[in-house]
Amino acid sequence: MALTGLDIYKQLPKKNCGECGPPTCLAFAMALASGKAALDSCPYVSAEAKENLDAASAPPIKLIKFGAGAALGDETVMFRHEKTFFHETTIVVRVSDKLSQAEIAAKVAEINDLTFERVGLQYTVQGIAIDNESGDAAKFATAVQEVAANSQLSLVLLTEDAAALKSALAPIADRKPLVGVATAANYEAMVEVAKGAGVPLLVRGENLDSLAELVEKITALGYKDLVLDSGSRTTSRVLADLTQLRRQAIKKKFRLFGYPAAAFTQEENPLDEIIQAGVYVAKYASMVVLNASKKEHILPLLTIRQNLYTDPQKPIQVEPKLHAVGEVSADSPVYVTTNFSLTYYTVQGEVEATRIPSYILAVDTDGTSVLTAYAAGKFEPEKVAELMQKFEVADKVNHKNVVIPGYVAVISGKLQELSGWKVVVGPREASGIVSFAKSNFGA
Amino acid sequence: MAVAIVKEKWQSRVGQVVIGATPEQGGTRTHTITIGGDSTLPFLHFEGEVVNRPAVAMEVNDVEPDWHPLLKEPFMDVINDPAAWAKKCVEEFGADLIYLKLTGAHPEGANRTPEQCAQTVKDVLAAVGVPLVIVGCEDDDKDNEVMAAVAEAAAGENLLLGLAQQDNYKSIVAACMVHKHSIIARSPLDINICKQLNILINEMGLPLDKIVIDPMIGGLGFGIEYAYSIMERARLGSLVNDKMLAMPMVCTVGYEANRAKEANVDVDEFPGWGELKDRAILWEAMTATTLLQTGASLLLMRNPEAVRLVKKNIDELMVSNA
Ligand code: SF4
Repeated sequence: MALTGLDIYKQLPKKNCGECGPPTCLAFAMALASGKAALDSCPYVSAEAKENLDAASAPPIKLIKFGAGAALGDETVMFRHEKTFFHETTIVVRVSDKLSQAEIAAKVAEINDLTFERVGLQYTVQGIAIDNESGDAAKFATAVQEVAANSQLSLVLLTEDAAALKSALAPIADRKPLVGVATAANYEAMVEVAKGAGVPLLVRGENLDSLAELVEKITALGYKDLVLDSGSRTTSRVLADLTQLRRQAIKKKFRLFGYPAAAFTQEENPLDEIIQAGVYVAKYASMVVLNASKKEHILPLLTIRQNLYTDPQKPIQVEPKLHAVGEVSADSPVYVTTNFSLTYYTVQGEVEATRIPSYILAVDTDGTSVLTAYAAGKFEPEKVAELMQKFEVADKVNHKNVVIPGYVAVISGKLQELSGWKVVVGPREASGIVSFAKSNFGA
Repeated sequence: MAVAIVKEKWQSRVGQVVIGATPEQGGTRTHTITIGGDSTLPFLHFEGEVVNRPAVAMEVNDVEPDWHPLLKEPFMDVINDPAAWAKKCVEEFGADLIYLKLTGAHPEGANRTPEQCAQTVKDVLAAVGVPLVIVGCEDDDKDNEVMAAVAEAAAGENLLLGLAQQDNYKSIVAACMVHKHSIIARSPLDINICKQLNILINEMGLPLDKIVIDPMIGGLGFGIEYAYSIMERARLGSLVNDKMLAMPMVCTVGYEANRAKEANVDVDEFPGWGELKDRAILWEAMTATTLLQTGASLLLMRNPEAVRLVKKNIDELMVSNA
């Protein structure tokens, strides 16, 4: 349970010296309780009090980092509309050490290439998991080296053999991989390896109960850089477990589950696998390990991840300016739309499809759609005219025709008056742009 | 160590809506489909009841639709025969319901008469035993005429008819009441308009268990996150006993997913996106399964392969995790 300000106050030195920022220990305690201050700010707090209070001041789910920037956990809500989801699900592609060297090289090359450009954003998978499926320590070490030598992605080492882990880890320890798998049978040796290398440890139970037990034993050994796996593999059970792990951490502050959770897919067919992974991305997995590595399969998964981890309070925006689509010339049509990324890229896609190089003037509407912007007074003719001036549209083209969205047809008169341009009312929906361009610009 | 499972204590549940009517109930369907009824968040069997499995309705058009050739391919032998198309969806692709779009009614298109549309509905009813979801051509005036004719011709069938919208609902609601059908209430991603519309429809006399909410989703990559959060909020609302939000939700998955560029451009044009075939299947399936996680009860879909994936996902999620 979270501590109250008073609980915290009892543990403070009561010097009321104000060195922590707030004037008194009590004020500082209140700030701590609401998460607005860090305990480190008090130079006089005793080691014992610190130990007691760490639990209360720690985030409900610990942030775990590994490899080249993979960041898991530190989530604070069950539903994205309550605030936002912070650290997008880390997607890791599994490579078996049963594969030949050539097969590993091919798979790694394919995984390295899993980066995508869409709607102005870069999507990418974060890592590669090398799985000691062979059960052979030497094969595992070779496979790990092979992958490490050929990929800059974050690494995950998966074996239940602590000795195999130790020797595979040694040459690549500076890559700071996530390692595992700690189970009830091997956890002491696993903790030693992970602790020695200063890398986070993946812990696997057989269900939530045994996972809690195992985490308790591991944290008793003094190791707390953990990623949790309930051990479940069927979609429904994993959904329940991931939901429970998140709830226990956030709503009950159950410390043993205060670590990010990982999920492993089980489906063989890549399409089934992606759909299964999609459930885990939506519902609370901080990391998903899967086998699929074809672009057409991974793109939909990375897209849903990006969508759900978008901050609901901050719509994604494009720069409000005159954008050129294709090899523009003085004859290019000029379209006006909003700087809401979704709207802008939908329009851009359709303008591209007209195959007529064009300009798009993105009006700063604070990232709202045309209708919302207009209703909020953010799509006013004055503003559009001003932007046309600012970006010197008149110098870029040799005509004076500007196309506005059909939804704001009402501003056409005023805009015409202000800008001196002929205002053409375009279609309401972007999907109408191709046929609109055909009849207006003769493509 | 026994972990005490955290269960929310919800006060209420999602409303149930029955679609279709058997001969005993005044229709001709071989069976009905019931959606909604859950007393917890989606598929959390450990916490409450997941009463009815979400249903998949496959889209059939009365005129050849303007779809990507790959998407049309499985239907090419039946594309000009809505009855045969519907039969194929049920028998070969496992559609739980048929979603018939009377696009041909559009005044600027084939401009079919209300009588012709009603005949199409009768043909499809005769061809399949599953319940039907029927919408018009998205021209308000024409749709009002068409739906009145359809409702009458299929009186007693308990069709799920659309669309009632804030500025055009009276005529179709009246048709539903007189001829015993249910209705799709569409609102543009807005909880307040959604509730308001349900109240208006209910005030006309149509019971709440005859209303299904269409929250106007966005597809994967094109605003699905807005639908995701609105639907999640609506589901939470129904669980805390907000009766005017407690109707099951229907999602236009096939339409929204397949208008995305990612579901249409070939690998030659966008080498960075991989092969189109699987990408398009997943675009539609992922749109559907993501919305299942918010509480969608009825999915309107197109691609048979995506339907297969989604039905498999539903099978897996209907396994108890209590
Ligand atoms: S620095 Fe420590 S002792 Fe001084 S006021 Fe702050 S909490 Fe109290």
